[in-house]
Amino acid sequence: MFSVTDFVTQTRGRGRLEWTDIFIYLYLSLGTLVMFVPVLWLVMSSFKTPAGLVRFPPDLLPFSLQTVSVEGYPDPLPLYDVAREDGTVQRLAQVRRVGLEAQMVDPAQPAEIIRVNIDQRTEVRELRLAWENYTEPLRRFNFLVYLRNSVVVTVAATAITLLINSMAGFALAKYEFRGRQAIFVIIISTLMIPISVILVPVYLVITGIGWNNNLLGVIIPGAATPTGVFLLRQYMLTIPDELLASARIDGASEWRVYWQIVLPLAAPAMAVLAIFSVMWRWNDFLWPLIVLTRSELFTLQVGLAAFQGELNVQWHYVLAMTVLTLLPITLVFAFLQRFITTGIATTGMK
Amino acid sequence: MSDQPIVPVVPKSLPRTSARGTRAEQFGELLYAVFAAVMNVLDYGFAALQRGIGPRRMAYVFVLPNLLIFGIFVLFPMFLNLYYSLTGGTALFPADRPFVGGQNFAQLFDCDNFLNPNSCREDRFWRGVYNTITYVVLQVGVMVLIALLTAVVLNRSVRGRGFFRSVFFYPVLLSPVVIALIWKWILQRDGLINAALVGLGMERIVFFLHADWAVFWVISISTWAQMGFYMLILLAGLQSIPAELYEASSMDGANRWQSIRNITMPLLMPTMLVVTVLAVIRAVQVFDQVWVLTGGGPGTATTYVVQYIYETAFAGQIARFGLASAASVVLGVALLLFTLVQLRVGQRSDME
Repeated sequence: MFSVTDFVTQTRGRGRLEWTDIFIYLYLSLGTLVMFVPVLWLVMSSFKTPAGLVRFPPDLLPFSLQTVSVEGYPDPLPLYDVAREDGTVQRLAQVRRVGLEAQMVDPAQPAEIIRVNIDQRTEVRELRLAWENYTEPLRRFNFLVYLRNSVVVTVAATAITLLINSMAGFALAKYEFRGRQAIFVIIISTLMIPISVILVPVYLVITGIGWNNNLLGVIIPGAATPTGVFLLRQYMLTIPDELLASARIDGASEWRVYWQIVLPLAAPAMAVLAIFSVMWRWNDFLWPLIVLTRSELFTLQVGLAAFQGELNVQWHYVLAMTVLTLLPITLVFAFLQRFITTGIATTGMK
Repeated sequence: MSDQPIVPVVPKSLPRTSARGTRAEQFGELLYAVFAAVMNVLDYGFAALQRGIGPRRMAYVFVLPNLLIFGIFVLFPMFLNLYYSLTGGTALFPADRPFVGGQNFAQLFDCDNFLNPNSCREDRFWRGVYNTITYVVLQVGVMVLIALLTAVVLNRSVRGRGFFRSVFFYPVLLSPVVIALIWKWILQRDGLINAALVGLGMERIVFFLHADWAVFWVISISTWAQMGFYMLILLAGLQSIPAELYEASSMDGANRWQSIRNITMPLLMPTMLVVTVLAVIRAVQVFDQVWVLTGGGPGTATTYVVQYIYETAFAGQIARFGLASAASVVLGVALLLFTLVQLRVGQRSDME
């Protein structure tokens, strides 16, 4: 029996293939392709050599020219399959190319130069992952420094955000005090105000404090998130007051009530906020771009943007570094994906 | 009695009883031990403070750190921004800045014809404004529709729903810079898309040299990157509609379209509103992704308001902080108006 509920609610086609089923699986497979292919393409391209990257149409897999060291030649020479006049195919190394003619040698007999028409040769290519795309920029550029800065900013900012937001959320949820309503309303009303609206004055404050070109200038300003305070306050409202009261009767200080009773009970909300904070901070771009001007303080995102601006042609490095930048957050997602998606769906925040 | 430690309440995720837990559990225990030690040390200070001011006033101590950072880095700058927009010169510190009244605003609004950016003194600002409006309308419209369609599809109990949900959500986690670079690589002259075009016997297109193509891709890419987030919220909204409603309506003889119209649409309306508001607020701020992708070009085809603010204040030959602040005041007022309108709409739909 197929009824209306099948369409909008949760029932499967029960063995019968409806047009909606076909549409749905078509849509989902197409969607999966659209979502994954760009990232997959990035990862596959990042293992290609510069020569492999400029081929058009591009190869699917990272092929590179096979080379061979020949006695008497300092650099490795590229290998070609050459069709000779007698109909045989010989594998030769190319010494140089002059116009339409290529000068080749047989690696076994390096003394004799063979001249062939370039139409007669085809490249010998092998599948090889160009790991040097990854190792070279790590050695030659500041990437490890950027990585360290990003980790420092993300970890410190998340810890501070969790601590002060949960303290404020606790006070707003569990105490009656003068100004509580006012504080709550002020914090909530700024939920909708993006940092891009107050760039200049925040920059002034940072300069006034002397946090220009200081990671603190990136970490601290965004720590008092209205979203976090709101989320944690709402969650803490559901914790029964009796639990707090009985702890106080046992002689616990307010601070102990906070960290030993309320915090563990608010762990799910804290976890959601932690994930968001990590995501915000790891991906943050505009603010670090303004505060940090010395390259040894760049975070990964700023470093990567600067890197692609400088090395516009060196795509092989840019692609590899992009993969490195998206790797940590991808790993986190791979392990916590179910938790993250349900966490967002239930709290509806970003 | 008063120094008796109370029984610790341990979160379920940190089992502390098993002597030989997994490595992850051991790590969790270690983390908790460090956390507890720090908190215990802090307790000496806070307990002493509490004896001094009494337990009720401890609430102020708890809100203080957050409020301090919030006040210094959000509230104070908001007011300062207003002051900045009324001053001129290139100095950063307000004391060195001459008061110019509404001059910055006059400069921004110095237009012969507001519909034609060429006739404006700050033509880049007005181009940014119109580009942003176009972007917001198109991007939010397209993205919310696709997110809704995806949510409806996933709301049927398809096999592997969790997997597909994660697939569609994954790009949300990527940074704007990474997203821009991924697509810059795909859309470049010798890229994947052009290879497909040539394979189909068409001409190669250098996408970012054509204004229309640049706008098309900027919108498509941000839809690709953000859709999953709104899809999740809409999916949660769809799942919160009780199944009994559909059963009852089908028993009453309603057809598929009638139940969608009379049950799904009205009950999903609040979620749609939230999603639209969040998407608009995000879209108005469009900057980083596009900046890395196109640099605002070709020409000014993808230059948006935030890029104007950033360049006017931080990336130009002279730092025109006053003008940038005036522009951000305009942006802030626009956002405020939008939020108010949305509140009114929300109230009206509540009343109905």
